[in-house]
Amino acid sequence: MLKVLDSAVPVACWACSVAHNESTLFCPSCSKIQPPPGGNYFSVFGLVPRLNLDLGMLEHEFHKLSRKLHPDRFARAEENEKEWSLKDTALLNDAYRTLKDPIHRTEYLLKLNGAEIGEEHAGKGRIDPSRVPADLLEEVFDLNMQLEEMREARETGAKDAELEKSLQAAKKKFDGLMDEVDQELRAQWTAWDDGDEAARSAAQKTMVSLLDRRKYLNNLVRDVTETLGA
Amino acid sequence: MQGDAPVVIPGVDGSNLVPSVVALDPVPAGGGRPTVTVGNSARRALIETPERVIYSVKRLMGRGLSEVQQELKLFPFRLADDVEAGEVPRIQLGELRFTPPEISAYILRQLKRNAERFFNEPVTQAVITVPAYFNDAQRQATKDAGRMAGLEVLRLVNEPTAAALAYGLDRAKEGTIAVYDLGGGTFDISILKLRDGIFEVQSTNGDTHLGGDDIDNLLLTIALDEIYAEHGVDLRTHPSAVQAVRKAAIEAKIQLSTEQSAQFDIELPNGDRYQREIPREVLEQLIEPVLKRTSGPCKQALTDAGVTPEQIDEVVLVGGSTRIPAVRQLVDNLFHLSARGKRPHIELNPDEVVALGAAVQADILAGASKTTEELLLLDVTPLSLGIEALGGVVAKIIQRNSTIPASATEHFTTGVDGQTNVAIHVVQGERELAADCRSLARFDLKGIPPMTAGLPRIEVKFLIDADGILQVAAREQRSGKAAQIEVKPTYGLTDEQVETMILDSFDHAEEDFAKRLLIEARNEAESILAKVEQARMSAAWGQLTGEEVAAIDGARDRLSAVKLGEDLNAIREATLALDRATQRLAELMMDAAVSTAIRGKTMGDADVELGEGPTAPHPMAPAEFK
Repeated sequence: MLKVLDSAVPVACWACSVAHNESTLFCPSCSKIQPPPGGNYFSVFGLVPRLNLDLGMLEHEFHKLSRKLHPDRFARAEENEKEWSLKDTALLNDAYRTLKDPIHRTEYLLKLNGAEIGEEHAGKGRIDPSRVPADLLEEVFDLNMQLEEMREARETGAKDAELEKSLQAAKKKFDGLMDEVDQELRAQWTAWDDGDEAARSAAQKTMVSLLDRRKYLNNLVRDVTETLGA
Repeated sequence: MQGDAPVVIPGVDGSNLVPSVVALDPVPAGGGRPTVTVGNSARRALIETPERVIYSVKRLMGRGLSEVQQELKLFPFRLADDVEAGEVPRIQLGELRFTPPEISAYILRQLKRNAERFFNEPVTQAVITVPAYFNDAQRQATKDAGRMAGLEVLRLVNEPTAAALAYGLDRAKEGTIAVYDLGGGTFDISILKLRDGIFEVQSTNGDTHLGGDDIDNLLLTIALDEIYAEHGVDLRTHPSAVQAVRKAAIEAKIQLSTEQSAQFDIELPNGDRYQREIPREVLEQLIEPVLKRTSGPCKQALTDAGVTPEQIDEVVLVGGSTRIPAVRQLVDNLFHLSARGKRPHIELNPDEVVALGAAVQADILAGASKTTEELLLLDVTPLSLGIEALGGVVAKIIQRNSTIPASATEHFTTGVDGQTNVAIHVVQGERELAADCRSLARFDLKGIPPMTAGLPRIEVKFLIDADGILQVAAREQRSGKAAQIEVKPTYGLTDEQVETMILDSFDHAEEDFAKRLLIEARNEAESILAKVEQARMSAAWGQLTGEEVAAIDGARDRLSAVKLGEDLNAIREATLALDRATQRLAELMMDAAVSTAIRGKTMGDADVELGEGPTAPHPMAPAEFK
């Protein structure tokens, strides 16, 4: 059964009328499935928000909950239970998908704590000069020139082995920088998980800017990969 | 399920496969609506009356007009001439017109009847399998077809996943499985992780325009071109001749899976013979481009699942086309199988394995058996879901390969003061521009309270259900009002349309059931008896031995004696006995029909008349259509 966590709003179970905590998926009293609870992706798994997660445990819990919640288990149930099973399982799947991925998990937790993280939605995210991290300014400028040259060469059907080599090298470098960012992020996880209020707020700030940098590098790598592979 | 194991229910003709061929019988002498024949017996009509037959309808499901026009270049069917853009395309079959879901419904109804015949009780619920790479519209069309056939569709299951279930049942293993499914018209690849009885799909990819049909068409084109070049005969203007060559092409293809070479030997209308040897290498060269098209999706699926070929523990082959040695070689190369001392799984019949898996899933849903109690399938959506944003770009809201059910919540607002409607265009696909993706539906959010521009906050919840079908709900948050959503599906039938297309609604009536079974059995008996009488006049009859004639007469007398009785099983057994006794006769007649068609004669001129009832028996050449 799921632990009572962040929400203290008591709700009466639809089936047995016993009051339970809002963020529970099953009634603690009669075990019946409940409508999608409030709370967050962590509370779905009975966890407090934290960044260092045991992924093996998370998967195990995901399977355990799937067995109980999945619409397959409610094929012969009443309409309302079918509906909740569908919505609860969607919530469970959304939660698992977000939490198992280290970057998505970090972004999600920071957003939960009110951080503003640029939505990466549609579009290529062509390199936006105003967002270039200062230490990369020169390299990005060079890279953009090379990418442009490469695209032009592609259009005319020319092959420039020299240019290709240099782009491969750039990709390798940015991949390396991304790995660095990932390591720095991981270091901040522990600072956030174990720190007090002040440490958390500092870690949060660092992570937001690391995520920004990461997103930027990611776009660069994608552009280079696409141009090389085109 | 029989005990712990799923089994395939055979049809009236004793065959486990019902090929997806649907034929419209001739208009009855007294007028009225012609009946519809499905399966092996419909296949014969392909050569006799090709304008009244449709096959491979799966390729047309959930598709728009222009897509259907594209597909029909490869097939002999015609669109109805009054089809308008924006409505579900209808196919002209003789004097009638049908949408693809209606045609599917006839096939499903036949399967339903086969099952009812087997269980001796009404069958009203079904698990239906679909290609994993089917989009929302194709899935919805499949569900519609089920409803028209009088079936409540409990679940749509992806075919590769079903196959994994069928294989996984008897091996309580852990590991990563790749299912390579090359059927008649579609290709799927799925990567699954199996652990503690949970089948978790990691990624799926595919092509819903790729399969055995493409191979048949390649062979067919070559034969037709050569016939034209060498003999000056353009068979393309004779639909029945084309179908006869097509049949020969399919037979050659099947033969080349086990033999090193096959023969085309076709008599032409001018009396010439088109003879050609096709060595296996020639076929392999010919189909290489088709097979190669399966490599890209496989590699993408591996990347999306985050695994290398070496990390794939087992490969399962599904679909009739995986019998082709070149396909097996390609799979071997893709997943480095022989290099690792492994072989793909082919133990289960590739034409039946998907159906067996569906039975396992049905058993899971019924929650009735110990065998499947611990099993659970976690599938994914094959395509990303997005909404069209400013400038026609797509904002992805649910990524492909997300475990379903999956949901996403988006917020919308107004751009003009007092605006009460917001339009949302939902698309499916991986491309960046909405125009390059598959349009799913346009939602019109109505009844937004008039407010200053940008003030309303409309929350729209998108949910992909366990069948892979999208549901949408919207709410204006400031007023708390549920916004009305008007959905205009880009491709697909409305609920009302489906309602009017439901085949014989009396199918549900339980009290009629026993009566119906008896009537159907008597009709079957009458139909086969009539055919035996007709066949007496045919040339084929003369080729039978005295013993064969005596066996047929004996079986006929027994059936005549029991057919009007109330004993359902006695009628069925006698029908089956007569069917068996006439098997060689049916083959002889079929051969005669093929050469007649090739000579360009109509069946009216021919010495055989092969009218068939809806469930008439007589198995024919090995089935390969799926």
